[in-house]
Amino acid sequence: MLFSTATRTVLRGVSSVPRSTSAFSSPFNSPSALRRLLSSLAILEQRDGKLNHGSLSAITAARKLGGSIHGFVAGSNIKPVAEEAAKVEGVEKIIAVDNAAYDKGLPENFAPLLVENIKKGGYTHIIAGHTAFGKSLLPRVAALLDSQQISDITAIENENTFVRPIYAGNAIATVESSDPIKLITIRGTAFPAAEAQGGSATIEDGVDPNVEISVEWVSEDLAKSDRPDLATAGKVVSGGRGLKSKDEFDKIMLPLADSLGAAVGASRAAVDSGYADNSLQVGQTGKVVAPQLYLAVGISGAIQHLAGMKDSKVIAAINKDAEAPIFQVADVGLVGDLFEKVPELTEKLKSS
Amino acid sequence: MSALRILVPVKRVIDYAVKPRVNKTQTGVETAGVKHSMNPFDELSVEESVRIREKNSAPGGVEDICVISAGPPKAVDVLRTAMAMGADRAIHVEVKEGEEEPLEPLTVAKMLKAAVEREKSNLVILGKQSIDDDAAQTGQMLAGLLGWPQATQASRVAFGAAGDTVEVTKEVDGGVETVRAKLPMVITTDLRLNDPRYVNLPNIMKAKKKPLVKMSLSDLGVTNERRLKVVKVTEPPPREGGGKVEDVDGFISKLKELGAI
Repeated sequence: MLFSTATRTVLRGVSSVPRSTSAFSSPFNSPSALRRLLSSLAILEQRDGKLNHGSLSAITAARKLGGSIHGFVAGSNIKPVAEEAAKVEGVEKIIAVDNAAYDKGLPENFAPLLVENIKKGGYTHIIAGHTAFGKSLLPRVAALLDSQQISDITAIENENTFVRPIYAGNAIATVESSDPIKLITIRGTAFPAAEAQGGSATIEDGVDPNVEISVEWVSEDLAKSDRPDLATAGKVVSGGRGLKSKDEFDKIMLPLADSLGAAVGASRAAVDSGYADNSLQVGQTGKVVAPQLYLAVGISGAIQHLAGMKDSKVIAAINKDAEAPIFQVADVGLVGDLFEKVPELTEKLKSS
Repeated sequence: MSALRILVPVKRVIDYAVKPRVNKTQTGVETAGVKHSMNPFDELSVEESVRIREKNSAPGGVEDICVISAGPPKAVDVLRTAMAMGADRAIHVEVKEGEEEPLEPLTVAKMLKAAVEREKSNLVILGKQSIDDDAAQTGQMLAGLLGWPQATQASRVAFGAAGDTVEVTKEVDGGVETVRAKLPMVITTDLRLNDPRYVNLPNIMKAKKKPLVKMSLSDLGVTNERRLKVVKVTEPPPREGGGKVEDVDGFISKLKELGAI
């Protein structure tokens, strides 16, 4: 039985009330009864007491849905993070849980924490980024709420209907959810992060179930870099197998990145061969990026790689193989030896 | 440490090297006559399970490696492949082809929960995502339903010398993170975990003799209840190559023209 309880049937009845598209796209004109029913909780990320601004994309997505918007943060000394998030325009309330047990975002205790706060707030939509944190956490929450999550959406058609790429972006599925509580992860590049200004949300303590944690956080090793973050950078230069070694990768790609103020990415071949760190991989199984400029160097353009970058505004490629598939998607291509062309490009960009 | 009873869910998907085509009715992707194989992340799960036994890395030893797949009759092919890689036995939960829509991750997680209880598994190793639906949900949902700890996107799995602890290094944004938990637990695999072996003919022959049990969804107490209705499936907007330039100067001026720099 799809809707086994009375509650579900009631909710479904209400959510299927027909309305005009215009009323939906401008939620403030929609009947107040409906507005009350639609309420979103945006899951925000923090690290070491700093708000992850990328996670404010969840608020952008919530705004597209309409209805009331609350944000959720948890961790130790959470107040400054909550205060910063409260500045985002359109957010009514920030639910904050101050407890060091949530600092590492471990799903074993974070999921029950969210479940309690979702139940208390009566939200219809829960939105998180399709980041390592969101991917690990939200399906666990969805299972606890008996809801079929909708992953990595790129567009919202209406409160029940969402668009998401499948098959490494080779097909685009539009799906309609019948769950009373919809759990959604969003593709960050499809929803630009909301800015922390113009708003004045209230801050409220959330419920803290204090679930005993069944996993122990041991350590982390994060790549340190002064370059922009790959997932959100405006420009990305990415190297592939053609770079031949880690030394060459560093010697060729890093100065190019610096001349453009770009983040560095890599193909799976380059990562597997040890030229670049795993966290730099762009593609179906790595990061999905959509910068203003994506410059692929020595990358052939396999479908799994294209899945991670083909929504970039401008794609440029340098490759010695004129038949490389990357040239079929590149707005501008240069056929030539990257060991010659890239240093020349770097020099000319620096002097221009 | 108690002996490991590992459950490895595997999925039959369109081969990763095939470019999928949307069908004419825009209801899904054309699957008829298209090469299928085991989801690449699931190969890593099978490989890791077999290595745990071969390397004797779990103090309590490995008692059983059971692979399970829900899908059409042809899903048996991937189960046989998994057994040729070293799994001991298989469960095929048959879902008639064309008769029913593909199972959603929540349904699969519920089915796996029942399988875990039935098979008394204490470790489940899944792929981090299937390359068709790209949902990346099943392992986490299963861990949630079971109330077990989870380690997603594992690039290293190590067992404590004594006791029931497992230490897993996970791929996260910006680097790696290591967590430790007590069995039972759920692990999902990332590409970096291992290099799956190729199956050879003698092992393929041996796999044909290994036990394969058939079940139905109802045997595991679940129905194919779909919460998401696929409204349509379309091709992504095509992207046209913009042609090539002669030299670096041409490259730079084209980038400027396009407003990229």
